[in-house]
Amino acid sequence: MDYKDYENLINKLLEQKSKTNDEKEKEAIDNEVKRMMMFAGENLTAWDRVYIARHKDRPKAYDYIKKLFPDFIELHGDRYFGDDNAIVTGLATFHDMPVTIIAQAKGKTTEENIIRNFGMANPEGYRKAIRIAKQAEKFNRPIITFVDTSGAYPGKGAEERGQAEAIAECLFEFSTLKTVVICVVIGEGGSGGALALSIGDKIIMLENAIYSILSPEGFASILWKDETRAKEASERMKLTSFDLKNLGIVDEIIKEPLGGAQYDFEDLIKRLDRSIYNSISELEKVRMNTLINRRYEKYRKIGAYE
Amino acid sequence: MQDLFNKRKAKIDSFNKSRKKKEFVPKEIPEYMFRNCPHCNFSISYREWIDELYVCSRCGYHLRISANERIRQICDRDTYYEIDAKVTTVNEHDFEGYDEKLDIAQRSTGLSEAVVCGVGRINGIKAVVCAMDSNFMMGSMGGVVGEKITKSIEYATSRRLPIIIATASGGARMQEGIISLMQMAKTSAALKRHSDKGLLYMTLITDPTTGGVSASYAMLGDIIIAEPNALIGFAGKRVIEKTVNETLPPQFQRSEFMLEKGFIDLIVERRDLKSTITKLLILHGVK
Ligand SMILES: [Zn+2]
Repeated sequence: MDYKDYENLINKLLEQKSKTNDEKEKEAIDNEVKRMMMFAGENLTAWDRVYIARHKDRPKAYDYIKKLFPDFIELHGDRYFGDDNAIVTGLATFHDMPVTIIAQAKGKTTEENIIRNFGMANPEGYRKAIRIAKQAEKFNRPIITFVDTSGAYPGKGAEERGQAEAIAECLFEFSTLKTVVICVVIGEGGSGGALALSIGDKIIMLENAIYSILSPEGFASILWKDETRAKEASERMKLTSFDLKNLGIVDEIIKEPLGGAQYDFEDLIKRLDRSIYNSISELEKVRMNTLINRRYEKYRKIGAYE
Repeated sequence: MQDLFNKRKAKIDSFNKSRKKKEFVPKEIPEYMFRNCPHCNFSISYREWIDELYVCSRCGYHLRISANERIRQICDRDTYYEIDAKVTTVNEHDFEGYDEKLDIAQRSTGLSEAVVCGVGRINGIKAVVCAMDSNFMMGSMGGVVGEKITKSIEYATSRRLPIIIATASGGARMQEGIISLMQMAKTSAALKRHSDKGLLYMTLITDPTTGGVSASYAMLGDIIIAEPNALIGFAGKRVIEKTVNETLPPQFQRSEFMLEKGFIDLIVERRDLKSTITKLLILHGVK
């Protein structure tokens, strides 16, 4: 049984609960729900996490921004072509310190997702990110990125305007950006489109977020010419936070409430806030040259060879 | 003592032998064969293909060539030597069928991986030259390709040399998953260091250069040269067609299209490649 099936059962139980007036039955349902959530939550497969990471109710970048940075001011545009709503950038105060935010923003509703292109950025989104990152460097502000995208947008215009060049430029520029960069993977981290905003001094990943070379569907379709084998692909792709921590790609995992971030968002925010704050405080003490060298080594050492 | 000396000599001899035998053996076409141009179907003898650098004498179609042939065309005779030729992964590949695929690719191409990296002279000018080989698992970039490219860039940075990378790749190597993806970051960061030292990086984009390689080092050259009609892009054509629900024109994502869109500095035909690269090196004060 997948987590999704448990979720359906739980939803049915909760519906039953709302219909009854019997206190005893309500209590019994609560206990059953709790038991099921515990069981399902403790036995999550990679495919379950893919499901949770993409869940429509899962908090999106804007939810994190609202909670962590209440005075956020959004800044728009790449100053060449346009403003890409799939990447949100701006300034805010974080523990009395000015910070720069660069976030891949999926929507929660269909209307919002149409505006945000389902979180799939065009080249102008990546170019906006570079512009805002350089601004942060100039004014010595730490940068916090939020990663949540299935990938860069594979559109006609995206190719014509240089999707490949825009992503490459992100990897190139962020590698020596002279300011602290913290990356937080909150949902889905897919392909080069996610990597473009994952070059930093510390990579934090939420427990149920995923990060991979490609979506499991895309992976299955390329390797086995069969998109329906996505579940099988996900189990082999090493895309969970635990896999990535083992591989040395992710530095810290933030534990999520049972069932996913949406079940106790306040609590998650508290822990994430502390983690980001501690990371910045620690990294701000490091000399700039050392910071840049360490960032280089962080990516340099991935994969072992002789 | 004598024994040690002999041992070392044997080692050097075998090394030199392995170094030499790579060059001037055009493997692509056996002597007794004619090969039709895949574009205009004109029948051309092996000798002519070689003399014309694997460009069709009738329609100008540029055949895909191997990494060693590419190096032969760019570098002066007997000047090229590989660096870190033997880099192999120490990771166990647990992806089913991958080791077999690697084995087949190695045996059919005679290469250890999808890229050949080394130092050579181009009309006397010393440069680091890397060439990818699309015959080796579609030139896909896994950990070893990323490592070899990064080592070459670092070599160029520490010795203040220009670097030229000829790309030919379908993108990241799926079988190595996230490790492949991270090679995009690793190679790009190495190029940033090279660039910050004021050194020259030239990309030669050849058919095909897509996915993770296009979205990292292929697009980061100070000068980006492309061969005629090479496929250059991030997303695959079929994926784009499915996304936008329209049929794309045949010239979409080809060199000429990318030049028009502003992402390529110049398109150079194979026969002019070496002289153009030489001129560009001289213009950057490289000796
Ligand atoms: Zn022809």
